Amino acid sequence: MSRDGGARRWTDERIEKLVGNLLRAGVLISAAVVLVSGICYLWHAGTGAAEYHFFHGEPSPLNSVSGILASLRTLDCRASIQFGILLLMATPVARVAAAALGFYLQGDRTYVVVSLAVLAILALSLSGYWVR
Amino acid sequence: MAIAALAGFVGALTGLGGGIIITPALTLLFGVDIRYAIGATLVGVIATSSGAAAAYVREGYTNIRIGLFLEIATTLGAIEGAILATAVPTSALAVIFGTVLLYSAWQTARPGPVSAAAAAPDPLAARLRMNSTYPTPEGPRAYQVQGVGYGFGLMAGAGAISGLLGIGSGAFKVLAMDRAMKLPFKVSTTTSNFMIGVTAAASAGVYLNRGYIDPGLAMPVMLGVLAGSSLGARLLAAARTKVLRALFGLVLVFIAIQMIYSGLKGAL
Repeated sequence: MSRDGGARRWTDERIEKLVGNLLRAGVLISAAVVLVSGICYLWHAGTGAAEYHFFHGEPSPLNSVSGILASLRTLDCRASIQFGILLLMATPVARVAAAALGFYLQGDRTYVVVSLAVLAILALSLSGYWVR
Repeated sequence: MAIAALAGFVGALTGLGGGIIITPALTLLFGVDIRYAIGATLVGVIATSSGAAAAYVREGYTNIRIGLFLEIATTLGAIEGAILATAVPTSALAVIFGTVLLYSAWQTARPGPVSAAAAAPDPLAARLRMNSTYPTPEGPRAYQVQGVGYGFGLMAGAGAISGLLGIGSGAFKVLAMDRAMKLPFKVSTTTSNFMIGVTAAASAGVYLNRGYIDPGLAMPVMLGVLAGSSLGARLLAAARTKVLRALFGLVLVFIAIQMIYSGLKGAL
């Protein structure tokens, strides 16, 4: 009986609302971080045109999750833009996590497994597992 | 930044994601290296998807169950594609992709089959509780999902293309849901938008770890796309499906020609 009660309290509609709000918050926060650090970056870099015609790869600290978090301590504007981008990349992940939680509260085991599978794939991708 | 805003606007309205417009714009107009362009575009794609999906999800168009189920296929495909990206010549791919897009544009331009609602629903869809309703001016209308397995397979392909070319590949997602699974068009476009972010995050993880995401380039793209997509999402509820289809078809043709041309020229 408690399962039915749970299902009624956690309707699809309510899960969708939760997910929607989460997305909006994530996007707004990451946009704010990127905007502020972007202004900071342009301030320091000046108007000198950036060199993007040839690929030379990001300096290694800025191409892994742990590296970005570590360079954040140096108050580098490029690092904090990258952190904002990381926050943005985290919103779809958080979205899937929220859906997993919602389906768990609904007692919908099939979709808990589905959400967790997607979550695992995303986590492996972000950790660089597939690259190394 | 203006181009990114425009791309976000069109992307949100059509469920495309806008990435396919940003990459050619960055490479062809500004001469940016394709690898930087792909990295920045992926970030823009996530921004479009999340920015627009937030609005759709609350309005009740998105089918989260279908989205999540199909995401198993798209994320695995995306990672596969992102890893393959260095091995396969992109110029050849651009031509194939452009050709497929032209075909999709032709498919979309044709009027939808009238018998769609009368066909037998997929028993797998019922077991996975995918059948749902969507809001219309006359109140919620129910719909049945078909071809779940077929759609799943198409999604793996869509994910691979997304990872390979750094786009949302919303065109294929919409086609898979609209044609194979017979979802209402607005449900297809919004659910596609929901999925694009997750798919792009999966390939962006691979690209980030390879150093293809540059903060200086990703920053204006992301902010521009966000501005455009929030505007596009606001307009969708008022837009008519027929207009959307025409717009969608036009965008496909435009991109297809772009892709084939730059592929043949060896610019991609």
